[in-house]
Amino acid sequence: MKARIIVTLKTGVLDPQGKAIEAALTSFGLSGVDGVRQGKVFDVEIAGDDRAAAEETLKAACEKLLANTVVENYAIEIA
Amino acid sequence: MRAAIVVFPGSNRDADVARALTQAGAEVVKVWHADTEMPAGTDLAVLPGGFSYGDYLRCGAIAGRAAAMDAVRAHAARGGLVLGICNGFQILCESGLLPGVLMRNVDRRFICHRQLLRVERADTRFTTAYAKDQVIDVCVAHGEGNYFADADTIARLEGEGRVAFRYCDASGALTVDANRNGSLNSIAGIYSDKLNVLGLMPHPENFVEDLVGGTDGRGLFASLAA
Repeated sequence: MKARIIVTLKTGVLDPQGKAIEAALTSFGLSGVDGVRQGKVFDVEIAGDDRAAAEETLKAACEKLLANTVVENYAIEIA
Repeated sequence: MRAAIVVFPGSNRDADVARALTQAGAEVVKVWHADTEMPAGTDLAVLPGGFSYGDYLRCGAIAGRAAAMDAVRAHAARGGLVLGICNGFQILCESGLLPGVLMRNVDRRFICHRQLLRVERADTRFTTAYAKDQVIDVCVAHGEGNYFADADTIARLEGEGRVAFRYCDASGALTVDANRNGSLNSIAGIYSDKLNVLGLMPHPENFVEDLVGGTDGRGLFASLAA
């Protein structure tokens, strides 16, 4: 099974990189961008076809390593 | 004082901190990240600066889960002393030994300069050679040193006297200019609840010789070795 994990900064946590990207977009004349927040995407291959077990495995992966839950949220998508 | 320095792939300040500890009179051994125990008789575990695992994922994230960190956690739980400097502080936060997280510097720049710190208390195992509110001259070198934690955690750290050092100016004032990385409450270093674990972003081990600009860093190692 293919899964995707999306890690994003929690609301209210300052994102200097997102701010820099937003400024860069604005600097070359692109209009209409009102804000950018940078995150991470992990594409994960899961053995077998047990979706519930995969969900548990991926949740553990996020909690233990992939996200720092002090400042980050995560979302799991299983294809 | 027997100190064990944990070396991760990408650690690069282990020799500096070993030198500072040896100068203060400590006996120093090195521990590899894959080791599962601290050497017998270890009083102090040290996590040195550097770029462990290339700062992959997040600074300190992978090192924080290395085998040697289980041994460091066990050492801390027994009341053993733990010191994390720079990347070592990031590792302590990622490993759960200290609360909060070190975020990207507020201005996005890697900062590398001399830095004044205010010593918040001089009654811990790390700071007896200093005076409370003493301003010391050391340095910083990091891209992710912006200390962040939720409001409850910050209130708890402040209420329990667990802030070890703050970025300050020459008079000891906590100015915005002195706090270049944007840390909450100008926090440069914090203690664990039992005051046996210290993490700090600045490098006291850089300033232990007049030849390289100063000796204000000696106090930390002298306190530990006393």
